[in-house]
Amino acid sequence: MSAQPALLEIEDLVVRYPVHRGLVAAVTRQPRRTVHAVEGVSLSLRAGEMLALVGESGCGKTTTAQAVLRLVDPVSGSIRFDGRDLVPLGSRELRPLRRRIQVVYQDPYESLDPRFRVRAVVEEPLLIHGLGGSKAERAARVREALARVELSPAELYLDRFPHELSGGQRQRVAIAAALVLEPDVLVADEPVSMLDVSVRAGVLNVLDGLRRAGLAILMITHDLSTAARFAQRIAVMYLGRIVEEGPAAEVVRNPQHPYTKALLSVVPRRDPRDRRQPQILRGETPDAVAIPSGCRFHPRCPLAEGRCTREDPALARPASAADGHRAACLLLPARS
Amino acid sequence: MTAPILQVEDLHVWFDLADGGELHAVQGVGLSLEPGERLGLVGESGCGKTTTALAIMGLLPPSASVAGRVKIDGRDILAGGEAAMRPHRWVDVAIVFQGAMNALNPVRTIGEQIVESLELHDRARGAAARARTAELLEAVGIPAGRAARYPHELSGGMRQRAAIAMALSCDPRVLIADEPTTALDVMVQAQILELLDSLCRDFGLALVLVTHDLPVVAQLCDRCAVMYAGEIVERGPLEELYHAPGHPYSRMLFAASPDLSGLDEPVVSIPGAPPRLDRPIDGCPFRPRCDSAFAACTERPQLQEVGAGHAAACHLNDRVLA
Repeated sequence: MSAQPALLEIEDLVVRYPVHRGLVAAVTRQPRRTVHAVEGVSLSLRAGEMLALVGESGCGKTTTAQAVLRLVDPVSGSIRFDGRDLVPLGSRELRPLRRRIQVVYQDPYESLDPRFRVRAVVEEPLLIHGLGGSKAERAARVREALARVELSPAELYLDRFPHELSGGQRQRVAIAAALVLEPDVLVADEPVSMLDVSVRAGVLNVLDGLRRAGLAILMITHDLSTAARFAQRIAVMYLGRIVEEGPAAEVVRNPQHPYTKALLSVVPRRDPRDRRQPQILRGETPDAVAIPSGCRFHPRCPLAEGRCTREDPALARPASAADGHRAACLLLPARS
Repeated sequence: MTAPILQVEDLHVWFDLADGGELHAVQGVGLSLEPGERLGLVGESGCGKTTTALAIMGLLPPSASVAGRVKIDGRDILAGGEAAMRPHRWVDVAIVFQGAMNALNPVRTIGEQIVESLELHDRARGAAARARTAELLEAVGIPAGRAARYPHELSGGMRQRAAIAMALSCDPRVLIADEPTTALDVMVQAQILELLDSLCRDFGLALVLVTHDLPVVAQLCDRCAVMYAGEIVERGPLEELYHAPGHPYSRMLFAASPDLSGLDEPVVSIPGAPPRLDRPIDGCPFRPRCDSAFAACTERPQLQEVGAGHAAACHLNDRVLA
């Protein structure tokens, strides 16, 4: 599998947002401030693979996804898709590529137009991209997309409005509307966090089936249990950086970075006998405007030493980790 | 066994619908809570768990009608209406809601709001009220100096702490927490759960944790009541619910959430959707989604003992017990 070239390769991605200064600040010439949303993120995604980008609110995971979709403009870095860098491309050149990278958002109550029937919701992307040929051919593709998300027989759903569907069914319709364009990459931004627990697994199993059939999925989530169960690889983000990355089972069973260890320790387990002492980090993720010096995690790190306030660690494979598993921590002995 | 503080018996709630119909949201719920006990109230959206919590607080909207008993220290406070409820609300039983932003007034500082609630309930006035506010804020982990902050100046976790401080202002013995961590990040969720845990331990507060998140209940509560379609289908000690569930719905709910300790186990969703509550339900309400339904399920099962302090409403237990 590692011999297969990456379909999507992000290198040294940097995304910053200017902070609105307000009139007084502008007149008094206070310095313009910047949100350092993503600072040097590198990731790769292969066909048939799900990569989970995990972290707390404000860590930059959604901004990374938006950069991949080219909904925000990176300051620097490259996003190579199928061998071509998307960053320098203009909207005209991007258009044919957009079909191949689709997205599913968190809230299917917001993302589906309430006035459109399921048939129209799923057909619309074909019309926008001028694909699908005749009306009959488009209808066939809509049915096929619904079948791939396990909404069958299609007749039961085609003429319904979103409000007539359950949350799980709506999210499946949103996935079908992305699939109808036959994309190579699907970005799923918290695809089940708005859904009831009883139906989450159904949507996740649909995504898993699509992944097995060759789709590459970049899943943004704050839920480590879901990432661990469904993704092949996990990348943990903190304040705009990836602090740990590797095969999902490795990251979960043999976490290296103190932040990953803390995150894993606070995930509630469903067996009441399996109560653990959670390692709760104090405070909250600092503001991405005022990035701490050295290792960004040092103000909250239980292990931080003097040099952690000065040196900025790079991702490297620690001696105690398996192949393809990297972490950015100065205190981990590197592999000699 | 100590006497329960809070008892709910045969609670029913109906909502009038715009089309003239009626929605039977809570259908005969019974609960009992002893001092210092932690009870999880679990179920899918629309199962009636929040409506049950609001009925206990006497905070239902005017379109609702209620029947049954809500007893504090053995005395019913539901029959006497608002006049009977008022002396107990916030004083004996308090509630914290999911989105703390909605529970707090956006144009008053958090300190002012807590002082106001102390004064409203004649707990303290002036300087004494401000001193008590500082104490309450410290108790929930907010530096007293932040009393002068407005809700929007605080993070989600801090707002939830402020809402908890306000709920605690009249020293209630029971705290109902309705999805207190749902909108929060995992680390902040852990901080809030740790706070609830320490409030129960240090002040003997009894807790009703209303949530759809079974693992959160498994980590924090002693007992659990599982609601489905307006009724409690199983209740008992958490360990029994997980290791020896008496109702297929409880078992299937546990199996529906991925777990870090069981990564190789399949994660299975529950097919279908809960029944509509604006029409009578025939037989067991879970029957259409159940993986173990059989002939007897066309009759509605009653909650029956299946172990010590453990009851379930499922006909599968008839066979075992017979």
